[in-house]
Amino acid sequence: MRQTLSEKIFSRHCGREVCAGEYVIASVDLVMAHDTTCAWSLGPFSQISDRVWDPDRVLILFDHAFPAPSVDAASLQARIRHFAKEQGIPILREGVCHQILAERFVNPGDLVLGADSHTPTSGALGALAIGVGSTDFAIAMATGRCWFLVPSTIRLELEGELSPGVYAKDVALHIAERMGASGGTYRTLEYGGETVRAMSVSDRLTLTNMAAELGAKAGVVGADRRTAEYLQAMRPGYAVPDLSLFQSDEEAQCEQTLQVQVGDLPPLVAQPPDIDRVISARELEKDGVSLDQVFIGSCTNGRIEDLALVARIWQGQRLHPDLRVVITPASNQVYLEALSKGYLELFLNMGATVTNPGCGACLGRHLGVLAADEVCLSTSNRNFTGRMGSPSASIFLASPATAAASAITGKITDPRRFLA
Amino acid sequence: MNWIFGDHVNTDQITPGRYNITTDPNRLGAIAFIEARPEFHEKVRPGDFILAGENFGCGSSRETAVIALKACGLQAILARSFARIFYRNGMNVGLLLVIADISGIEPTDELFLNPQKGELLNRTTGDCRQATVPPMMLRFWEEGGILSYLSRQGLDQLSFLISGG
Repeated sequence: MRQTLSEKIFSRHCGREVCAGEYVIASVDLVMAHDTTCAWSLGPFSQISDRVWDPDRVLILFDHAFPAPSVDAASLQARIRHFAKEQGIPILREGVCHQILAERFVNPGDLVLGADSHTPTSGALGALAIGVGSTDFAIAMATGRCWFLVPSTIRLELEGELSPGVYAKDVALHIAERMGASGGTYRTLEYGGETVRAMSVSDRLTLTNMAAELGAKAGVVGADRRTAEYLQAMRPGYAVPDLSLFQSDEEAQCEQTLQVQVGDLPPLVAQPPDIDRVISARELEKDGVSLDQVFIGSCTNGRIEDLALVARIWQGQRLHPDLRVVITPASNQVYLEALSKGYLELFLNMGATVTNPGCGACLGRHLGVLAADEVCLSTSNRNFTGRMGSPSASIFLASPATAAASAITGKITDPRRFLA
Repeated sequence: MNWIFGDHVNTDQITPGRYNITTDPNRLGAIAFIEARPEFHEKVRPGDFILAGENFGCGSSRETAVIALKACGLQAILARSFARIFYRNGMNVGLLLVIADISGIEPTDELFLNPQKGELLNRTTGDCRQATVPPMMLRFWEEGGILSYLSRQGLDQLSFLISGG
């Protein structure tokens, strides 16, 4: 039978061939939760078990509000720390969970369950990574298994070469505009085509990360040479498996195939409060949208390639004096590389604030909370009302290039004139 | 009382991240819609319904969203469609989520929901319409959530829940 990548991965984890639409119990390779969702799983876990199924395959990462910004957050983290110690699970504190999973833990063909909606991110490595709530996490942590509906696949065929100044984030926003905020609900979004084949894993991670914003169960990219290169660079000595196993078959049954021509896309911006209210940066530039804060970071766009782009655009420039510019590298590895390449020195000398790796300002708990009526341009993935602070603040989402250009002018700005 | 919402109600509206730092269901109930609908917590009564449009519960995976709404004593949430993780979380905690066309229903209309029959009767207008509760949702809800089921039956009984029987 010809299978999609989703069906192949589910079949491997169910011990039999399964296809889209079936309810199954599957074993998982990894389960993950963070300082917020793990706290809510402890009660549920204690109702059904007292030992985790395999402490080596349970990952707990502190990233959402770490170091703790309040007594409430510190108390929840203390409870998790106590639990983790009891169960022999180390707590990782080196950046955003999805970035750490991609850098260190997820392999092509894996089935990963994460108690966070952006878990689909590491699907960029040819894995199936699915977001769930804390109770499902607790059950999987106790048993190594979970129930699933095998999802059907929507295939996105990306064709064409991106224009200068246009990046994976702009493609993700274009797809969001086209499919809508619930256009991927219950589906796997599989990104393929010549554009994706030519993309770095960093860019692919941006696409699969944003699959969550369309309601998708997973976002995947078939594993290829670039996947192998990424894994070998991140994990010295990594033995690359046979990657031909982690592709959809040529004639696999997809629910839908969408052609996406990317050649003519301009830099795009999602306007508050929804991901699919997309407009070109140039149009918004005409409106003169003044900013109070620019946030560069998150599991969507906090990688070294993103910071390199910002550093390139900022060479010889000044940041707008009325603006707060907050940069949060996605992981310690990104932070150290940005340090050794001189990016952090440049950022700090220009007056930007560089925070410790983690989720940072994205979820409005610390490191850049917005006041009433403030306007923020963010490279993250969510512009919901109140997401980053006051419910009367506005959040615009764009690429790191658009964020960097806007940090210079103090207004939402098309980045292309800074890249000439 | 029927609490009427539009499309794409997200979990940042239901339990905003900045307030969402507790595991206590009653404290969570008190923050439900704290900014989007500040009067909600004061005025919501056991047995009330939420009526909404498409994609209710989109956004983050935070289970506090369903825990908070369950703690408010809602009888059910009726929406044209639900976001995936929210729906799953609702099943897991035993919060009844019903797929229905909610058009034309007023906040004060008296509703009678029969989840087993899949019917929603509006006693105020006499209108009766379809209210879809798939067998798995019904089973999880009748069991009081997946944990109360698993703690009674044992973890090896997980497959029963999806057996369709």
